[in-house]
Amino acid sequence: MGTLCGSRLSELFGSLGSFFRKCMFCILSMGPIPNHFAFIMDGNRRYGKKEKMEEGAGHRAGFSVLMSMLKYCYELGVTHVTIYAFSIENFKRKPDEVQNLMDLILEKIDGLLKEESLVNKYGIRVYFIGNLKLLSEPVRVASEKVMKATANNTKCVLLICIAYTSCDEIVQAVHESCKNKWEEIQPCNSHKSCNGRIEEVDGKNIDDGIGHSVQELSGVQANDLRATRASTFCNDVAQGVESTDNGSGVVGHDAVHGSCDKWGEVQSLEASITGDGVIPYVKREKLAVNPSILKVVDIERHMYMSVAPNPDVLIRSSGETRLSNFLLWQTSNCLLYSPNALWPDMRLWHLVWAVLDFQRNHSYFEKKRKQF
Amino acid sequence: MDLKDEIQRVRLWVNQIGNFWLRLVWHFVHLLVRSWYLGVGVANVIESYLISSGLLRRYRFIDVGKLRYLAIVVESDDACQISKVIQLLQWLQAFGVKHLCLYDTEGVLKKSKESILAKLKNATLFEEADERDPLLDQKHMTLEFASITDGKEAVAKGGNLLFMKYLKLANSGAEQKEQIFTEANLTEALRAVGYGGPEPDLLLVYGPARCHLGFPAWRIRYTEIIHMGPLKSMRYGSLVKAIYKFTMVRQNYGT
Repeated sequence: MGTLCGSRLSELFGSLGSFFRKCMFCILSMGPIPNHFAFIMDGNRRYGKKEKMEEGAGHRAGFSVLMSMLKYCYELGVTHVTIYAFSIENFKRKPDEVQNLMDLILEKIDGLLKEESLVNKYGIRVYFIGNLKLLSEPVRVASEKVMKATANNTKCVLLICIAYTSCDEIVQAVHESCKNKWEEIQPCNSHKSCNGRIEEVDGKNIDDGIGHSVQELSGVQANDLRATRASTFCNDVAQGVESTDNGSGVVGHDAVHGSCDKWGEVQSLEASITGDGVIPYVKREKLAVNPSILKVVDIERHMYMSVAPNPDVLIRSSGETRLSNFLLWQTSNCLLYSPNALWPDMRLWHLVWAVLDFQRNHSYFEKKRKQF
Repeated sequence: MDLKDEIQRVRLWVNQIGNFWLRLVWHFVHLLVRSWYLGVGVANVIESYLISSGLLRRYRFIDVGKLRYLAIVVESDDACQISKVIQLLQWLQAFGVKHLCLYDTEGVLKKSKESILAKLKNATLFEEADERDPLLDQKHMTLEFASITDGKEAVAKGGNLLFMKYLKLANSGAEQKEQIFTEANLTEALRAVGYGGPEPDLLLVYGPARCHLGFPAWRIRYTEIIHMGPLKSMRYGSLVKAIYKFTMVRQNYGT
């Protein structure tokens, strides 16, 4: 009798809470709602220590808060949610901890495919964002399975950043852009009359230049010494650029060579770190690199996060004010919010406060987005 | 049909009334939020005054040596107030900050570079400074000026450098062409094209909202980002508090 009353009471409170939440969301919907929320779920380990839990229990508590937050976001009408599940830097943690996290991630990824999961309830398309090659095979296979299974969901999107850092994402995007540009140029190598793809190079045919430079180049040796690598780098650029410069003004020939001569001097200066820890940034010359084949739009197209619009609000729990290599490229016009609560202590009102803050600053950010 | 039209009309009317009341409540909620921020603002002013006057003990002795590189992001509309910018720099110089990057999206501060340097004593451009010069005194400060073109466009320029290297290796049939794309090589490429500034430890945002406004992404991996409010209401005490809080932070860097 007692337990029946107890469960009825908790059902009543649950319904009241749900009703109150719906009212709150109706009021918030009178103003602009963010399209894209990003979360850095910081503080799980500290929560576990604070509550005297066993190892790994803090992360499990954090996971149930994550499910609540996702539910609130999708009820509110947010279409994209990104979470920072695992950074490349986190691989440096103790092997036991990394393994526990990977086991938890695998367990939860498998859970996403179940009928009653949030993914099916809200029609969520799931993306796993990051350098997935760094993950163990079971996790990678499970994540690919989920991405394939949810590919036809169209209502909202969940982006799970795993084995991710912003710097790695930028490097991968540059890599893919270069490969892409190389493939575009390829057919032109065999057809000399093909100029259509190389108008960015001031209308010059680059393939003659490339062929010429290949004969001159002796090949690059991988080298640990920064100075040697940089000067080799620079000399390669100088040689390559020199070969493509047939007096058309594509690049300042003397400027490049002058820069390369100074490069060794710059590197030996920069090899010493000053007493206050700042590497002197002295006497560098800007290498005038032309042609600019690669553009910002090419790099952005190849980013892992190109599948979603830029985030509107980024929430990092536990009061820390840094981004820790998360979405650095995408947050130029994003409101950053750092509540003091540890991730497992995050509640609905933190989300509501973030939305209110977003609404207060909405016109400012709209103006910024239109400008750039 | 008339009944259906009537029901439809009543529904619309109820909707409109409902929306009106919801909108009223929304405005009221935002009024409460604004009042909250007003109260917080007043508390900050009082605290700032107490810090400036030295009454709060913990802010008296701050190890500014921990702050190797500071970045200031200013909203471009506010950056036109050069006198305010100079006052801020003078506070930072007196405080002992040695290396600083001034950033605004549109490059207003870059254009005012000469007048800012002229008005500050003992300040030089970061690119021109020579750390080994023994004549530099303790209060000397180096300044770097940056804008939005130092961010994504700089990465595209660095990427172009890597692309040219990739082309050479690809045509020579070298297998290691894919291996040139590393964070270290992109950092070197950025330096080669003139965008190799250091990573700031702390970034102070003077503007209406907490946002880095496009500060070069490559340089803010682990930078603490603090919102200071609009430039016109900047206070010395708030600056001291922000630097103090930074010196108390302990980072794990993901481990």
